[in-house]
Amino acid sequence: MLSRLVLVSGHTLKNSGSFGACLVQASRSFHQSSQSLAPVPPLPEKGGKVRHGIFPEELFTLLYPKTGVTGPYMLGTGLLLYMLSKEIYVINHETFAAASIGAVVIYGVKKFGPSVATFADKINEDKVAKAQEVKDQAMASLAQGIEDEKKEQWRVEGRHMLFDAKRNNVAMLLETNYRERLHMVTNEVKKRLDYQVELQNLHRRMEQEHMVNWVEQSVIKSITPQQVQRI
Amino acid sequence: MADKPVALAQKRLMDVKLGQLPSWFGTRDFTPNGLLGSVRGGYERYYNKYINVKKGGIGGVAMFLAGYIALSYLWEYDHIKHDRWRKYH
Repeated sequence: MLSRLVLVSGHTLKNSGSFGACLVQASRSFHQSSQSLAPVPPLPEKGGKVRHGIFPEELFTLLYPKTGVTGPYMLGTGLLLYMLSKEIYVINHETFAAASIGAVVIYGVKKFGPSVATFADKINEDKVAKAQEVKDQAMASLAQGIEDEKKEQWRVEGRHMLFDAKRNNVAMLLETNYRERLHMVTNEVKKRLDYQVELQNLHRRMEQEHMVNWVEQSVIKSITPQQVQRI
Repeated sequence: MADKPVALAQKRLMDVKLGQLPSWFGTRDFTPNGLLGSVRGGYERYYNKYINVKKGGIGGVAMFLAGYIALSYLWEYDHIKHDRWRKYH
């Protein structure tokens, strides 16, 4: 339970040498180890088991095959009595102080332990929820980006039709232009040919008229000296 | 006897047989770097087992404090000897 408090306040302590703990294990790994731990494995749920707060469970499992359940307790009692009798542990004023402090600490832990634990758990869960929210938002925005990209790709397929229509337009314009010019050329050529035809007609008519006139003139000229005498 | 052959240097202390202890000791790295590395390794093992978990208990911190108390008692023992109640035990 105290570890949970340490976890909560740990982000203010430096990581390298101190006893503080940080919720995100990954930051410590990034700075110190050269392994690549991605994705970061989740934290274990519970720590190693500890009995009576200070004795790790491994001691009990070590002694269980040989001495059963009461083995470690007997060992503890024996050690305590030995240390007291040989005065390896000396009873002095500090013992009394330690006993009082120990009593207060144990009372406090037993009484307020669970509530502090739930409080620290709640703070941890809030942090995790915030991180999860950020991750979910990022994933949602990325998925949205994928959707938009797919839509754009679908639109690109439609652009072919647009270009086909534009190409048709241009082809039609070219065609009309070509036909216009063809018409113009035909008209111009026809006008020139008509002119030549008219010119030739004019030539022939003028030649005819001139010849007719000339024949008339010569006939009149030839009549005048002779027929005038006859008449 | 049926263990696959693991090099002696890489075995952990609890897996070493009693007769192999001196040779195992010889393979340990006693340079300052090596000592620092072993201290750091021990710290990381303790930290990852008892502190860096989702639902830690009081055990992690309490064991550390108890060890500190015991060690400081040991260092002060020469001074505490004078508070003994009896001269002969």
